[in-house]
Amino acid sequence: MTDAARPEPSTEERKSQEAELRAVWRTPSGWRYWTSVNNTEIGLWYGGAAFFFRLFAGVLALLVRVQLAVPDNDFLSAETFNQAFTLHGTVMMFLFAVPIFEAVAIFLLPSMLGARELPFPRLSAFGFWSFTLGGVFVCGSIFFGAAPNTGWFMYPPLATDKEYSGIGADIWLLGLSFIEVASIAAAVELIVGIMKCRAPGMRVNMMPLFAWYLLIVAGMILFAFPPLIAGDILFEMERMFDWPFFDAARGGDPLLWQHLFWIFGHPEVYIIFLPAIALMAMIVPTFAQRPIVGYSWIVLAAVGTGFLSFGLWVHHMFTTGLPQISLAFFSAASEAVAIPTGVQIFVFIATMLAGRVIFSVPMLFGAGGLAIFIIGGLTGVMVALVPFDWQAHDTYFIVAHLHYVLIGGMLFPVVAGIYYYYPLLNARKLSDRLGKAAFWLMFVGFNVAFFPMHLAGLRGMPRRVFTYPAGVGWDWFNLISTIGAFVFASGVAVVVIDVLRPKLRQPKGEQNPWNAGTLEWISEPEEKWGVRSIPIITSRYPIWDQPGINDDIKAGRYYLPDAKDGARETLVTSVLDAEPVQCLRVGGTSVLTIVAAFSLGGVFIALTFHWWITTAICAVVTLAAIVAWLWTGTAAIPREEMRDVGLGKTLPLYMSGPQSVGWWAMFITMAGDGTAYASLMFGYFFYWTIHDDFTAGHAGPGMLWPLVAAGLFTLAWLAMLLARWVNGKDRPGLTRLSLLVSLFLTLAAGCSGLAGPYLTGMEPTAHVYPAIVWVVALWTVVHGGVGIVMQLYCLAGSLAGRMDARHDIDLRNVVLYWHFLVVTAVTSFSVLGLFPVLR
Amino acid sequence: MRLIPKEIESLWTLFTAPTIWALHFLVCYITAAIYCAKAGAAPFSFEAMRLALGTVTVAALAGIALSAFLAWRQWGFGSGDPPHDEPTRKDRMLFQGFATLLLSGLSFVAVLFVSVPLVFIGTCQP
Repeated sequence: MTDAARPEPSTEERKSQEAELRAVWRTPSGWRYWTSVNNTEIGLWYGGAAFFFRLFAGVLALLVRVQLAVPDNDFLSAETFNQAFTLHGTVMMFLFAVPIFEAVAIFLLPSMLGARELPFPRLSAFGFWSFTLGGVFVCGSIFFGAAPNTGWFMYPPLATDKEYSGIGADIWLLGLSFIEVASIAAAVELIVGIMKCRAPGMRVNMMPLFAWYLLIVAGMILFAFPPLIAGDILFEMERMFDWPFFDAARGGDPLLWQHLFWIFGHPEVYIIFLPAIALMAMIVPTFAQRPIVGYSWIVLAAVGTGFLSFGLWVHHMFTTGLPQISLAFFSAASEAVAIPTGVQIFVFIATMLAGRVIFSVPMLFGAGGLAIFIIGGLTGVMVALVPFDWQAHDTYFIVAHLHYVLIGGMLFPVVAGIYYYYPLLNARKLSDRLGKAAFWLMFVGFNVAFFPMHLAGLRGMPRRVFTYPAGVGWDWFNLISTIGAFVFASGVAVVVIDVLRPKLRQPKGEQNPWNAGTLEWISEPEEKWGVRSIPIITSRYPIWDQPGINDDIKAGRYYLPDAKDGARETLVTSVLDAEPVQCLRVGGTSVLTIVAAFSLGGVFIALTFHWWITTAICAVVTLAAIVAWLWTGTAAIPREEMRDVGLGKTLPLYMSGPQSVGWWAMFITMAGDGTAYASLMFGYFFYWTIHDDFTAGHAGPGMLWPLVAAGLFTLAWLAMLLARWVNGKDRPGLTRLSLLVSLFLTLAAGCSGLAGPYLTGMEPTAHVYPAIVWVVALWTVVHGGVGIVMQLYCLAGSLAGRMDARHDIDLRNVVLYWHFLVVTAVTSFSVLGLFPVLR
Repeated sequence: MRLIPKEIESLWTLFTAPTIWALHFLVCYITAAIYCAKAGAAPFSFEAMRLALGTVTVAALAGIALSAFLAWRQWGFGSGDPPHDEPTRKDRMLFQGFATLLLSGLSFVAVLFVSVPLVFIGTCQP
């Protein structure tokens, strides 16, 4: 559409549209403020909470440094020291590094993509509240001397030893499982948002690089976090019920935990690093005042790093005695990942060389961070070599390496991002003077603190010792490190002061103070509607290349300039070419998300203390809240089928199946769920590989019952397909009947699934074989149970008139769930029933 | 039947080559891990396993080469230069082709990296 063809709304029309939009997107006041689900509020709270946790973990690090400053120090006891460093690592990784990127993404993405909102705002809110509650729970434990104390990767048998680790390990396992739920929720939100909610015209070759990175990172979360969740389940079953997954005496193996942890843990490093680099990919072009050089190369780097990062996990396990050929595969992949990582850095350098660089505070932090990161990357290439790692493993060399990578690759770019994006929060810049002071304090402090650790490590200082004797050659290094840590912390304090100091006297600046080219800079901090009207994009840097776009957006000359029906709306566009396909109504302000998050938190917290009744009550409340949330907030049948979105375009309000965002959300969630399941099955076969006879003479579940279960699950799935088919023919009676038949088949399937291990008297505490059989069977049956809840939900929807032949979002999504379920069930029960016989 | 597949317009083609890398990596790792864990139980030698994995490597490289060719075709056999930032379907296709080609290159090199141990390591545990 040409500019001339755009209609010009009258001033009055414009005013009334603005009033409508303001009313619809209004953030409630008073205590209800906290029920807001708007992306700008959630993003800000999320970021604030993550930053608070970061400061908390920073203080813990300072305590650790004080203790290590001089030999034979008794500032902290060994026990407190163990809790402090464990919590420091845990909090920095789980409560700061990952959530801060979710926060930034939730805050920035909608305006960057030209959308009003992400597709599931209530899911973002749910994620935020889950994260905050879990975070407070985990952090608070140290005040009761009950924090986890076995290092952030929780290796058994130390962490499974109840006498040593107390309740801390449970707090870690359950608190963080809860936070992992929040991360997966964010991943679903971001993937669907980036693929389906871009402004019209924003084809995949026009997407801001930040969105490319976030798409890849969200995909990585889906495949990285579930193995940890699977590991957490096994771990907690061992701690709670004595199922011996990691107990070598009863056939278990602590190495399985290391595998599952690091299949998560290594991609995690890149999950942290890529979003930070994504910020740099937004900042560098702005300060070079030119488009990025090598857009496609950045996409190559993001996708390439995303994949390769999954082939590195064993490089954390080089000293565990795995076959050397295995070590060599991982060593090779660890070297290969340096290629895409290097590409990104060269792209930035090329962009700076091709433009005319303005050296401002964000660039200072960005460039300083990259310099630090490169040193960390180089030591990374060193420790990726097996023989060198055998020397350096578990020494301070590793501590230095990982801090160079994470602080250079993540913290510095994040601070650059804070200085760069702060004007989007309240239209004022942070202080240049304070920023420069903070940078030099942090940069110098960091290097003074961490560089000597390389040397201390090479001189043999092990990680995680709470003190050391004088005269072994470590004294000076440690003292220098401690001084550097405090200099670094003073730099961080300057940043905090700069962010928090009142700026009322400072005049409001212009809307786009850095003269950036990307769309997020058209958003107005005072307005909650995201974008006034949804623009048509024809450039990677619309503000630079589409003159007048800002005025056109604000004058409502583009799509969706109004909110006639009083609903929060945004556009859904096609994946590749971003052609408008649907007008999506998204959920608004709600207390249900908070109830759901807090009750789910209750489940995890009550489990920690073995309060079974509280657990059950909280679980019921969670289920009720989630059902109420879905019932009131999703798949409502609109009064009218079509909506005039402006510019002569009319779009449907309701779409189901692969066209709908809900279907995608289900697909993505189940991809993550499938990964967790695959991790459990990995465990099953892992035990088979390490033993000559992995059943150790214990009776298996037999062939009959598992195969019956597999068959019944398949029949239940066929009944679901039938339900979808007859519903499409507009036969509600038959639809309900098929759903009911499927429900009973599922019940029977679940019972037969458990009958195998139950009737053969498999005792899960006796040996790891019965334990792993029980876990696989239970996982599958619990998924069947969730399937039943979904079937009941569809039945209720059908009876309440929320579902018919055309409005079948729920049924289609549930059938999609069943596709995954039937694959899970057939795999589980075939393996449990047949593998012991066939092997 | 055509020898070379028709052009597909999808986001997923971007991931073909890295997926082949991932599968190749998994096959190498899992085969070697099981072989070494069940040392002696397998009816074939370490040499035979290396040869088999070598064949898998050649197949993976061939798959990536095919993906690279398809990408090259989508990129118009290099007829246009990047940055491919015009707001047209054509430029979007060229961008996808170019990015896929780059990823095929990276995946090819990464498969070669991972196969190096097969050349140099002759036993499970020296």
